[in-house]
Amino acid sequence: MTDMMHIFEMLQPTSLDEAVALLDKHGKDGWVIAGGKDSLDWFKDRVKKPEYLIDISGVKELYGIQDKGDHIAIGPMVTLTDLSQNKLVRDLFPVLADAAGRVASPQIRNVGTIGGNICQDTRCAYYRDGFPCYRAGGNTCYANTPTAMNREHTLFEAKRCVAVTPSDTAPALSVLDAQMVIARDGKLRTVGVDDFFVGPEIDIERMTAVERDKGDLLVQIKIPKTWAGSRQYFEKVADRQVWDFALVNVAMAAKVGADGSIEAMQIACGAVQCTPRRLKDVESLVVGEKANADLEKLVERVAARGAKPLNYNQFKAPLMSQLAKRAVRSLSA
Amino acid sequence: MSWEVKDAETNGVGMMMPPDPADDFGPEPGTVEIAGNVPGEPESWRPPTMSRRAFLRGVICSGVVIASSGYLFSSNKAHAAAKQTDRLITLSVNGRKHRLDVTPNETLAHTLRYRLGLTGTKIGCNRAECGACTVIIGDQTEYSCSTLTMRAQGKEIRTIEGVAQNGRLHPVQQAFIDELGPQCGFCTPGQVMSAVNLLEKNPNPSVDDVRQALSGNLCRCGAYEHYLNGVMSAAKRV
Repeated sequence: MTDMMHIFEMLQPTSLDEAVALLDKHGKDGWVIAGGKDSLDWFKDRVKKPEYLIDISGVKELYGIQDKGDHIAIGPMVTLTDLSQNKLVRDLFPVLADAAGRVASPQIRNVGTIGGNICQDTRCAYYRDGFPCYRAGGNTCYANTPTAMNREHTLFEAKRCVAVTPSDTAPALSVLDAQMVIARDGKLRTVGVDDFFVGPEIDIERMTAVERDKGDLLVQIKIPKTWAGSRQYFEKVADRQVWDFALVNVAMAAKVGADGSIEAMQIACGAVQCTPRRLKDVESLVVGEKANADLEKLVERVAARGAKPLNYNQFKAPLMSQLAKRAVRSLSA
Repeated sequence: MSWEVKDAETNGVGMMMPPDPADDFGPEPGTVEIAGNVPGEPESWRPPTMSRRAFLRGVICSGVVIASSGYLFSSNKAHAAAKQTDRLITLSVNGRKHRLDVTPNETLAHTLRYRLGLTGTKIGCNRAECGACTVIIGDQTEYSCSTLTMRAQGKEIRTIEGVAQNGRLHPVQQAFIDELGPQCGFCTPGQVMSAVNLLEKNPNPSVDDVRQALSGNLCRCGAYEHYLNGVMSAAKRV
């Protein structure tokens, strides 16, 4: 059941300077709205009630996909539909295009943005329902108790909070070594993808390097061409094929030599820990090997090694192994 | 109901008593003569000239107005700071321009249904999960329940009311009727909008294209195959 939204003021900047200035002014009681699908759910549930909405849809600098020679630059306001159909992205980074095309439903992808997809908050139902958990500034985790419904929660790196990253595009950006450009106080800083996603051990109240209350704004996503044109794979498993967030998803980019042996590989799983999880064991294991049944067996064995399932999410560990195995299998054809 | 102390409402000890509810409602209901009531039959509060449907609609509408006015006209600091001019917008719906005074927290589905009277757009889940509120904004489908009206300014909005042209049903609508698409019909406006948008972009879709295009619309009667057949046969007629 949803409620009428609280009353807020809508600010519609038309340039990046204006948007950054507004964020500096209203950092604490402001809220950046891009596609706005998730934002409105927060408001309708009356869990978040910011006084000012900063609508960045009029900021032209935040749009567009450009080829910049050694990297491509994606504006955070590019919608997921545009991203998944863009020819440049399809040709160079099919893993990202596939991931963007698997998010939510067509109507949501039509307005949902890549920036919003990677900056979105976790889907932990307890946190979303307004429970005063660690992530909400409290001192309990309601999802990690003997009776808690934690089917969709974490396998790795639980530090008080057991929430997971909900994004489908985050693992894809993770294997492509993307860099995020963040604006604050009129200055730009570039953050690598590994530092962009933040686990509870660094800050339990946010999921990315974008610090909302300090007026941060994600202004660009850069993807170097290191992995352009490599063999790539994306797969998502969810309860429903549409709308639903991933139970586990996998993204992979690999360079395969002429003789069929794997020269290098980056593989990551989403929805198994608070940040996209790079499977470093698998990556070092497969180098120099040819993708075949023996290698698949090894990959299956190491992919989910170290997983610490909660009460109801044991199934995620074998699911993760199987997805890693399927990613490697895609290289054998 | 007032709580003013009157002589008649204080008892002997001087304590305040609530007024008798009967005072506010006039004489006992049973004694009122209403024209049109047949003697000996249970009387109705409904005016005799009004149909049952019109009476119920009036009751429901007044309830909606009372319930929503508290939200729409309530005030806080942010609201007070907003300029009146910010709220006056022009919305282009089905080719007609409407000048509207909307609050920032109003969703497009709310505006369409309760300000413009375009109740063909349904509100199902009200959180972008069911697709009953699907409308076409610009050249793409969107959930109007999760779109702020203020952000839809300057874009061409098409609702289910604008699909039929010159009194003739759109081929998708006719095909849905022929293929028995609607059962309860609540999701149908959304399904039609998704299908119309698909056929405008891709007049010869494959079955998979149609499945993909309608995947953002739930049908709790489970008539997905009927809708699928409907779009495939509409594609031949477009």
